[in-house]
Amino acid sequence: MSDLTDLTVAEIRDGFRAGDFSARDVAEAFNANVAAAKALNTFIVETPEKALAAADAADRAKAAGEALKPLAGVPIGMKDLFCTQGVQTTAASHMLEGFTPTYESTVSAKLWDAGAGMLGKLNLDQFAMGSSNETSYFGNVISPWKRKGGDNAALAPGGSSGGSSAAIAARLCPAATGTDTGGSIRQPAAFTGISGIKPTYGRCSRWGIVAFASSLDQAGPMARTVRDNAIMLENMAGFDPRDSTSLDLEVPKWEAGLSSDLRGKKVGIPKEYRPDGLNAEIAALWDRGIEWLKDAGAEVVEVSLPHTKYALPTYYIIAPAEASSNLARYDGVRYGQRDLPDGAGLQDMYAATRAMGFGPEVKRRIMIGTYVLSAGFYDAYYTQAQKVRALIARDFEQAFEKCDLLLTPTAPSASFALGEKQADPLAMYLNDVFTVPASLAGLPAMAVPGGLDGQGLPLGLQIIGKALDEQTVLNAGLAIEERAGFAARPEKWW
Amino acid sequence: MSIDLQTVKKIASLSRISVTDAEAEAMVPELNNILGWVEQLGEVDVTGVQPMTAVIPNHQRLRDDAVTDGNVRDKVLANAPQAEHGFFAVPKVIE
Repeated sequence: MSDLTDLTVAEIRDGFRAGDFSARDVAEAFNANVAAAKALNTFIVETPEKALAAADAADRAKAAGEALKPLAGVPIGMKDLFCTQGVQTTAASHMLEGFTPTYESTVSAKLWDAGAGMLGKLNLDQFAMGSSNETSYFGNVISPWKRKGGDNAALAPGGSSGGSSAAIAARLCPAATGTDTGGSIRQPAAFTGISGIKPTYGRCSRWGIVAFASSLDQAGPMARTVRDNAIMLENMAGFDPRDSTSLDLEVPKWEAGLSSDLRGKKVGIPKEYRPDGLNAEIAALWDRGIEWLKDAGAEVVEVSLPHTKYALPTYYIIAPAEASSNLARYDGVRYGQRDLPDGAGLQDMYAATRAMGFGPEVKRRIMIGTYVLSAGFYDAYYTQAQKVRALIARDFEQAFEKCDLLLTPTAPSASFALGEKQADPLAMYLNDVFTVPASLAGLPAMAVPGGLDGQGLPLGLQIIGKALDEQTVLNAGLAIEERAGFAARPEKWW
Repeated sequence: MSIDLQTVKKIASLSRISVTDAEAEAMVPELNNILGWVEQLGEVDVTGVQPMTAVIPNHQRLRDDAVTDGNVRDKVLANAPQAEHGFFAVPKVIE
């Protein structure tokens, strides 16, 4: 039998149904890989017993001839931003160390109801703020990838869903949940040679997900194939009355709708995404991607998104503003850590608790957000940013009058060494230059691997679709996947 | 517009984050760098543009005005750093 941990979600699901292996075999194989990969630091909490319990339930259901759930037999990783009942949920912060939710997030509950089992809680950037997974209180996640040629530098798995991306690339789980506020699913997927999709804002419930920037936060799946992403997303999305921005719409049958035939589709190439100085290997991959989509039958047109250069500064006003409001809840009173210096009053306790519980990047963003929302500055920063955000969304609307989807690079570079960009917050923010605009407009967007660069590191392409048109995004992703033939995987060193 | 040490301390205080003088000083150039960069938004012509309020059009739903949750005191208190007699406990507040 081939190694079960090399199988995709679809192959595990179908092989289990066909009787090729038991669900317990699969869970044990992934549990063993997780236990042997401590060097990657992908998991904050491991839950092998939960993976086994779900597997045994699947095996029992099958033996009894019962109808099998859509993800029966499939173990997955859960980003530690989703509240899981009875299992510590930290958002990779000291603040929430020891926090054990008494309830389950909607998205994780849907996945367990669909039969999936939990391998553990995956590491991330603290409160999902970061692009390299270097802000976690529980230590950096190390990418399983290495530059070729003997350079042994530890590389970034991307962020904020860096535990998810590294674990999937290293075959510790076949799929995982991610969340994406400005690129936190797509950029780590690109850095590790896997796929991931951020659906339209409102498709997945935010209920029970530790909040960062509520008008941008959106859950989505990460996996090695486009089909697996479609399967996962079908079991994560859906209306939830407990999230006021949840969309009350049927969940499409994305997997059944998969087709890499793009005849009749127009692909827009936004000229603003090709600035002077764009990395030559990324530009070349983008050109190959255009050829692949043409080969799949699509017509290619140039489009303009004139406010693209303002997307990042807009994001870095809106996201910190919302974060400063959302993170006000961490006061040392109701949950999480408390620091109560001798003789301290209530206000001193708040300030000491927050100084102790938040890392430097989280504090930086809370303070930026507090400043841009403060009296006298609100209009100049926040209101202006919300107006520019409206213009950015309008750019996409106008572009989509001429095309059905957009093709761009996912990130401006391949993965970099840990520590390389940590000293300069602004340089780190620039990682999200291609992913943030679609987030600001709430549009579905997907990263798929396209090839390796000269150093042997993965590069990704991004597909952005019209609101609610995840199907076209997935289909274009499939067309690229079939033509790129990306089969590279990190050599095991951990 | 650049911010000085005093402003950083004021922002920290509004944010309820205690900072040492050294930490506040280190934040002055960092925050100025970021705020200087976002200020480029000022050059965008936004005449007649309404600030965005909802990224995907959605309607506000109403539900029946009925109790749908509650009676879970112990669950609510389960993660409190300090809970006593069924309440959250905080240091003495004297105004």
